[in-house]
Amino acid sequence: MDDEPTLSRRTLLKSTGLGAAMIGVLPEAADAAPDGDRATLRVALTVNGRKVEETIDARTTLLDLLRERLQLTGTKKGCDHGQCGACTVHVGGAPVLACLTLAASVAEPVATIEGLSAEGDRLHPMQQAFIDHDAFQCGYCTPGQIMSAVALARAVPRLDAAAVREAMSGNLCRCAAYPNIVAAVVDGSARMRKVRA
Amino acid sequence: MKPFGHAVASDPAAAVRVHAGAAGTHYLAGGTTQLDLMKLDVLRPERIVDIARLRDRGPAVEDHGDWLRLDGFATMARTAADATLGRRVPMVVESLTQAASRQIRSMATLGGNVLQRTRCGYYRDTSWTKCNRREPGSGCAAIDGRAWAHAVLGTTQLCIALYPGDLAQALIALDATVEVEGTAGVRMLPFAELHRIPATEPQRETNLLPGDLITGFRIAMRPWFARSRYVKVRDRASYEFALASAAVALDLDGRVVRDVRIAIGGGATVPWRAREAEAFLRGKPLDEALASKAADAAYAGASVREDTRHRLDLGKATLTRALLETATMEVRHG
Repeated sequence: MDDEPTLSRRTLLKSTGLGAAMIGVLPEAADAAPDGDRATLRVALTVNGRKVEETIDARTTLLDLLRERLQLTGTKKGCDHGQCGACTVHVGGAPVLACLTLAASVAEPVATIEGLSAEGDRLHPMQQAFIDHDAFQCGYCTPGQIMSAVALARAVPRLDAAAVREAMSGNLCRCAAYPNIVAAVVDGSARMRKVRA
Repeated sequence: MKPFGHAVASDPAAAVRVHAGAAGTHYLAGGTTQLDLMKLDVLRPERIVDIARLRDRGPAVEDHGDWLRLDGFATMARTAADATLGRRVPMVVESLTQAASRQIRSMATLGGNVLQRTRCGYYRDTSWTKCNRREPGSGCAAIDGRAWAHAVLGTTQLCIALYPGDLAQALIALDATVEVEGTAGVRMLPFAELHRIPATEPQRETNLLPGDLITGFRIAMRPWFARSRYVKVRDRASYEFALASAAVALDLDGRVVRDVRIAIGGGATVPWRAREAEAFLRGKPLDEALASKAADAAYAGASVREDTRHRLDLGKATLTRALLETATMEVRHG
């Protein structure tokens, strides 16, 4: 959704000082860099259809840009090392780990979990399938699971449980909601085909 | 992560010019190895030449009849999806589809993939000061300590870290050539000469020179490469490095092995061509007993400790199985 929430959890935590540890996650701008290279640079991206321009430290990952700078906290930081898949977003339609992508490397449109649902409360068919199949417990891996699932369903027309398990092996779920996740993805992909989502 | 200067390159020649062979400068394509290690402070480049935009620009695979070209900037995903590759040399496709996760395969390039670093826990954790790869001359915490996922082939007194990649096994088995663009121009390098056993300088993992950029791989083709497999054995069913793997291509006349190519993964410090096993097999009728003896030959030079013993046993069984599966597979023609 484009509008800032009137009071988010993040805003409340910051205002009461409990969020002190969360501030300053983005690295400080670096000192002088070698000639001709930029340690701080301006990036221009399209995120969920909106053009975004930010000045960042070159080390900023796409994940940190999305969460810390753009307040798009739907994408989660699980391991920050590309091992859990919680940070899965779409870049140019492909499922990609935002934690191992420099924001400065991004040249194609970015889509996050926030960009999946239509205006109002209408959920994407895959999101609805996750609810209908009780495919999450704590919900932390869920945005990454759904982004992976949507990219998979768009790329592969007929999915069975075995294909889903293999193709989504890059998304870990510590709550072990896997059986329901697999069922949701198989069903969600069929629903997507019906409405061409 | 150490601060770095960032420069974007618009084509391979420009990337090499901008890099200029400068010390402390790294190319960055998919970032799946490098950003991981930069966050751990294992890799500390001062400058990044960003080649992410060079990915998937042209075809991943070019079929020139007698030879194939794989683009160095092609992603693993796009290359694995190539129908010609899957038909003419399935071993390569299988080495890609059984690697990493779908997300990583969408990001990582072929050129970057073969340069991936070891997963040795001591290498990846800078709180272990003894690591000859990170700090030449400091020692090896694995040799002196626990070596639960380390090599049994190509080991030295200085380093026993395992090379974890899969694509490299297919390329070394097929005698691929590496296209390199460097500050002195373009050159070709046999794949077998790309990686270095950690004999004298473990910190120099490849024979690439500063500024060298891998732009592609060439494979001189044989029709019988259509009879090829990549068999990978893992703790998990997916998304895991190999406990043991085998890349096999067989030229069979009935049951007799006219020619064969073998590489083994999950066992060595570098991509490992099993020439002794190949020589043993040529001219003989293949059955399980022969395959098992070939596997023994492949691992004859292994240096084993109590905590790496399983790599030897699993490695032999995996190669035996790969030979038999390749012999009986259904080959797609036309």
